Amino acid sequence: MISAFLLVLRRELTVAVRRWSDLVMPLMFFIIVCTLFPLAVGQDIEMLNNIGPGAIWVAALLATLLSLNSLFRDDFEDGTLEQLALDKEPLSFMLLAKTIAHWLVTELPLVVLSPVLVLAFGMPVDAIPGLVLTLLAGTPALSLIGSVGAALTAGLRQASGLLALLLLPLTVPVLIFGARAADLAASGQSIAGPLYLLGGISVLALTLAPFATAAAVRVSLD
Amino acid sequence: MWTWFHKLASPPHFYRTATVLEPWLFWPALILLGIGLYGGLIVAPADYMQGDGYRIIYVHVPSSYLSMFSYVTMAVASAIGLIWRMKLAFCVAVACAPIGAAFTFLSLVTGAIWGQPMWGTWWVWDPRLTSQLILFFLYLGYMFLRQALAETRQADRASGVLAVVGVVNIPIIHFSVEWWNSLHQPASLSKLEAPSIAADMLWPLLVMILAYQLLMLALLMTGIRAQVLEREKNARWVGELIGREGRGA
Amino acid sequence: MSDFFAMGGYGTYVWSAYSLSFVVLVAIVWFARRNLANTRERLKRQRLSSQERTP
Repeated sequence: MISAFLLVLRRELTVAVRRWSDLVMPLMFFIIVCTLFPLAVGQDIEMLNNIGPGAIWVAALLATLLSLNSLFRDDFEDGTLEQLALDKEPLSFMLLAKTIAHWLVTELPLVVLSPVLVLAFGMPVDAIPGLVLTLLAGTPALSLIGSVGAALTAGLRQASGLLALLLLPLTVPVLIFGARAADLAASGQSIAGPLYLLGGISVLALTLAPFATAAAVRVSLD
Repeated sequence: MWTWFHKLASPPHFYRTATVLEPWLFWPALILLGIGLYGGLIVAPADYMQGDGYRIIYVHVPSSYLSMFSYVTMAVASAIGLIWRMKLAFCVAVACAPIGAAFTFLSLVTGAIWGQPMWGTWWVWDPRLTSQLILFFLYLGYMFLRQALAETRQADRASGVLAVVGVVNIPIIHFSVEWWNSLHQPASLSKLEAPSIAADMLWPLLVMILAYQLLMLALLMTGIRAQVLEREKNARWVGELIGREGRGA
Repeated sequence: MSDFFAMGGYGTYVWSAYSLSFVVLVAIVWFARRNLANTRERLKRQRLSSQERTP
């Protein structure tokens, strides 16, 4: 089972590297959304400081949403999902490998890039570890919850609007705790409280979401 | 007990039960609505803090309660449908969605109308209001997902998964919004937290809640009947039912 | 009587909340019943047309 898991993971990563434009797109989107905030609210450094953590989190959420559109689309169309569903290995476990791959290729680059944006919003350098930690703790939940929505809409043509409608309400807790923890980090306070809650949500999502994703994939394959 | 259960699981019986129950829920709901309105608008005294403005409570609280009741019903019915492959459970779930969305909408709008004179603004990011707004989006997502999936069986199961995922999330959303609010919102709502409520004000509220509940169940029966007919359109009993009606008319 | 409609100065708010609730409740009852009637009507038509084809 573990070897099959690793096989799926490796395959996903290889495909992602070969199609590097798909990989870069959410990242560019993330940066552009973050650029829009100063352009929209003005360059008052105090204001940017205040909205920075929230803006970075909203941008990360939207970038995730964008990347989720294609999470299961190709595998749905070329029959890979069907193969996985018919396989003797548990489908939820195999889909978890896909979700982890999604996290590695879309969320991790966002996390790595976020320090630059912290500086762009004029937040103190001390805020960087805190913000990176909140993103590390919260983005797995985004990938996991997102995989359920992506699986539900896998067979649909124009699903991006629907996907946003399905997923954004469900990701509200992640956004609230993530942005709050980032906010605390920016003002140099302890981020332990919201960070634990964020980690808790991610763990909960890790235990429940793969089963929902598997159920949703089976429905889409019907 | 089990024969009763099996009977209920057969579409014609389910349809007949819903047909019989519908008027028994609808007319008492209307009567109770009349009593509740009389109690709420005429018998109940004005509140010493909010004057007559508080009377919005009699339409606001019942719709808020039913917005949540409908969602839980929808999720439980969906779970039953998913686990035991019971088609009729999905009829219940589907019928719940528009009713719940309507009550959520009412709860939001009457809340805003109440907020304007009491807080001086139409909308505050109060945890309850915010959770209601998110609930409204969940209902919309459920209905749009069904809309997008053409095949009934697939739509049933996909929207069922969504409803169950949503119901797991609702407590977390509610908690997170409440936690978030405790940081951002100074205690401006305290004047709404009446320490105790006078009996004359309370009973109309309870009557209104009961009236809304019965009305919701009556609406549910109507929705279920339409769903059962639609799904069983090729069954013989539907043909007989409609044919009989045709001769009678 | 006018006191009753004024609602101690809150008349606009109270009556708009009540009338909106009334309108929405009537609307959902009406829609649910119309939907049921439409379904029956449609199924009846389908039955009749299929009976004509296969006498």
